[in-house]
Amino acid sequence: MSKEAELAMVHAGFPSPAEDFMDVALDLNKELVRNPSSTFFARVKGDSMIDDGVNDGDMLIIDKAAEPVDGCLAVCFVDGEFTLKRYLNKGDYAILMPANKAYKPIRVDADNQFAIWGVVKYLVKKV
Amino acid sequence: MAFIGLCDCNNFFVSCERVFRPDLEKRPVMVLSNNDGCIVARSNEVKALGIKMGTPLFQVRDLIRRHNIAVFSSNYQLYGDMSQRVMNILRQEAPGIEIYSIDEAFMNLGEMSLESLQPFARNLSARIRREVGIPVSIGVSPTKTLAKIASKLCKQYPALKGGCLMYRTQDVEKVLGRFPVSDVWGIGRRSNAKLQAMGITSALGFYNMPPEQINYLFHLPGLRTWKELHGEPSIGFEDVQPDHQTVCISRSFAKEMTTLEELDAAISTFTSKVAEKLRAQGQCAQQMSVFILTNRFREDAPQNYQIKTTLFDVATDDTLEMSERAALSLRQIFKTGYAYKKAGVMVSRLMPRRGVQSSMLDNIDRLRRASLMETIDAINKVEGNYTVRLASQGEMDQFSARTMTSRRFTTRWDEIIDVKV
Repeated sequence: MSKEAELAMVHAGFPSPAEDFMDVALDLNKELVRNPSSTFFARVKGDSMIDDGVNDGDMLIIDKAAEPVDGCLAVCFVDGEFTLKRYLNKGDYAILMPANKAYKPIRVDADNQFAIWGVVKYLVKKV
Repeated sequence: MAFIGLCDCNNFFVSCERVFRPDLEKRPVMVLSNNDGCIVARSNEVKALGIKMGTPLFQVRDLIRRHNIAVFSSNYQLYGDMSQRVMNILRQEAPGIEIYSIDEAFMNLGEMSLESLQPFARNLSARIRREVGIPVSIGVSPTKTLAKIASKLCKQYPALKGGCLMYRTQDVEKVLGRFPVSDVWGIGRRSNAKLQAMGITSALGFYNMPPEQINYLFHLPGLRTWKELHGEPSIGFEDVQPDHQTVCISRSFAKEMTTLEELDAAISTFTSKVAEKLRAQGQCAQQMSVFILTNRFREDAPQNYQIKTTLFDVATDDTLEMSERAALSLRQIFKTGYAYKKAGVMVSRLMPRRGVQSSMLDNIDRLRRASLMETIDAINKVEGNYTVRLASQGEMDQFSARTMTSRRFTTRWDEIIDVKV
């Protein structure tokens, strides 16, 4: 090895064997927030969904633009309040199913002020 | 033909509030300026009541009660985030965008095919509504000025579904015939007064004037607007820069101020904000005006309006230097016995920081000061505005009365939406 080449080696250091396999570190934001424009966060207040594992204080990651499929966990706006229930589409009306025996299903139809605000994509809880 | 799109968010601040309060969808809603002085955003229901933009709050107290109007203080953190969401979608969909204001952006649609433009505008409008929850009006035309008019048509005609393509000469002329010339982008108050005096009220009247006359009466800016109305692009994509020839921060106070101490704190805060803006723009100012005024709507109270303008030997962006000067100016115009409703600080004669001429007599160590200002800006950026401030600024909330502010749903963890489960 020439003197110059030796010197260059010292300066540059040996190439890291990992260099060819470089990857970007995992980013929870990228994984959990597929569409930042339509993603909103909310906090759970109450216990009507505990049998589905949704507890008071949990955080919801909501996609406002997602199509609400039958049986999805939907953030609904009913008569002036946000609520979280399983959404069951019955055509003329809808049933909002709680997951706690102490609560009754809610029936909503044209008489209610009702809208599905968004669909829950992830539930974040502190253990 | 190349096309330009203009996306304008409908009643933007009101729409932001409604996203998180769907129950207000059909109710009249208004948003107030800083410190709840006057109305800065109105829902269509409020507009229909004849309430004008900028009306002081106390003048409409009665209407608010009678029509059950929902009133919000401005929540700029929320509006700023919602605006970014809209702009990000535009960025994804359009080949190029130019953000014009918090609720408006131009899109360079390049050589998109003519057939694709109308569906493009409609679908984009629908997407923004679905994803962000904000209704928008998208106008598409060969020029910026026409695109603005096309977007206004969307607001008048819901059948357009938030997207309007306007380019045929006969369509343009038909629309201009019913469009007030005062609402044309680029026609200012003075030009409008001239036109009204000549009996020209519609945009078509302006459009039909010969270009020589336009050039004589309204000079180059007027001619540009005229050409744009004729479909000839004359305002380039980068030409429109927000006008930074002056920077002004002023506020109406929730409670009128009568003492020098109170005004000192306000003026000091405004000056810091102005200086911070200058630094963010990389500019220095040579001239600064401090003004205070009483409530002109209170006919029972003595009226006073005072302004003090001073010059700096060396153009500056230094908070300390400017605050000292502002306090001095305030002392020269403040009089006891008046109840001041509004105050402000304005700087003009701006120049790039690099171009500032130094003065032999300058007794300020500009380099050291610059690094101090940089540090203050950096801390305030990370820790929130006003973490570091001058002692004279006082406690921040003493002159704001934010009684009806919604939560910062999208920028603070402790203020996200509550869902009753």
